[in-house]
Amino acid sequence: MSEKPKLHYFNGRGRMESIRWLLAAAGVEFEEEFLESREQYEMLLQDGALLFQQVPMVEIDGMKMVQTRAILSYIAGKYNLYEKDLKERAWIDMYVEGVRDLMDLIRVHHKLSPQEQQKNLALIGEKAATRYFPVYEKILKDHKDDFLVGNQLTWADVQLIEAILTVEEKVPTILSEFPLLQAFKARVSSIATIKKFLQPGSQRKLPTDEKAVAFTNRIFNRR
Amino acid sequence: MSEKPKLHYFNGRGRMESIRWLLAAAGVELAELLSVLTVKVYGALLFQQVPMVEIDGMKMVQTRAILSYIAGKYNLYEKDLKERAWIDMYVEGVRDLMDLIRVHHKLSPQEQQKNLALIGEKAATRYFPVYEKILKDHKDDFLVGNQLTWADVQLIEAILTVEEKVPTILSEFPLLQAFKARVSSIATIKKFLQPGSQRKLPTDEKAVAFTNRIFNRR
Repeated sequence: MSEKPKLHYFNGRGRMESIRWLLAAAGVEFEEEFLESREQYEMLLQDGALLFQQVPMVEIDGMKMVQTRAILSYIAGKYNLYEKDLKERAWIDMYVEGVRDLMDLIRVHHKLSPQEQQKNLALIGEKAATRYFPVYEKILKDHKDDFLVGNQLTWADVQLIEAILTVEEKVPTILSEFPLLQAFKARVSSIATIKKFLQPGSQRKLPTDEKAVAFTNRIFNRR
Repeated sequence: MSEKPKLHYFNGRGRMESIRWLLAAAGVELAELLSVLTVKVYGALLFQQVPMVEIDGMKMVQTRAILSYIAGKYNLYEKDLKERAWIDMYVEGVRDLMDLIRVHHKLSPQEQQKNLALIGEKAATRYFPVYEKILKDHKDDFLVGNQLTWADVQLIEAILTVEEKVPTILSEFPLLQAFKARVSSIATIKKFLQPGSQRKLPTDEKAVAFTNRIFNRR
């Protein structure tokens, strides 16, 4: 019987990508079952496998976990990418939530019309450059450590490197004013587990494209 | 020097209400600065946003981070990783439902009608059946670990908030009705539900216009 976590999602980034990142950073091998038809989704529903009728769903340690944040939090706790101390955990949570707000702008990008996409692109660039990245640049500047919290790799660092690379796909020059984030990106990218995840052939997914959107809409019957 | 947590937000529910609920349930006295103008001091707001809660020497932002810290500090969370996972899942489910309600007052009257139907539908078919079943399966008084946790507080808040919009929402959920009665009578929560507490009224039109002006929304 496989002990590996099993991820249930469609074959694309969406809400599952952060979970793939965190497992990969922790060096945890995982399996994926891709939702490729409406029937597959309905079977999961009928099996009672989706607590709130939604994916992502991750089978791990005898649980069928749903809700992205709950899953990420569990993985971080289990694989030592979190903190035991309540206050350090609080900082990790704040930094993670900030990054996730930025990622939310990107996650919906491919669903927008070309016109809306242009506006969204400007918004992503503006928010990244004025609201979010300055905060992380300052954190690194103030404590001079290699990582955001507790001088070790945590969920916050993994969430941040994912965000940096994802924003750069849309706005390639986004780090031009942030030398410490550039150094952070280089440093964290070279960590063995993350370096492996960044190589072709890993379970990292490509940026979502139009075809994937139409496909998902069909499966999930979105309005 | 006051040791009470200090909440910075406008005088309304919004994203701060869940935090008020959790502190109240934990029996923690809090101070509130309800003047939004003074809170617009960007150095104090990590991501230029409220809610912000001054607690234990930190200026905490991001609702979930704040809730998680409060739950951990005041024993409304679990030490065990798996029990914590269940609390997180249940909380996140409720928060998805609350998101529908939180934006309700911002919508046009026409959109509000659609949203009301959506709230009713999601509550009755996606969310409340889950919590009814949890209570049915383990027969405990609370959702996780047989004691009051963040999940229970989030749920009672959701039940009462949905009922303001859809009064009959619990008609098919006898265990949730019992849960509601039981949790409402816990001393700290009963106190919070009484007039004069720091619980806020449902957000109204005036508050919406006011907030829009302050936060310069598009």
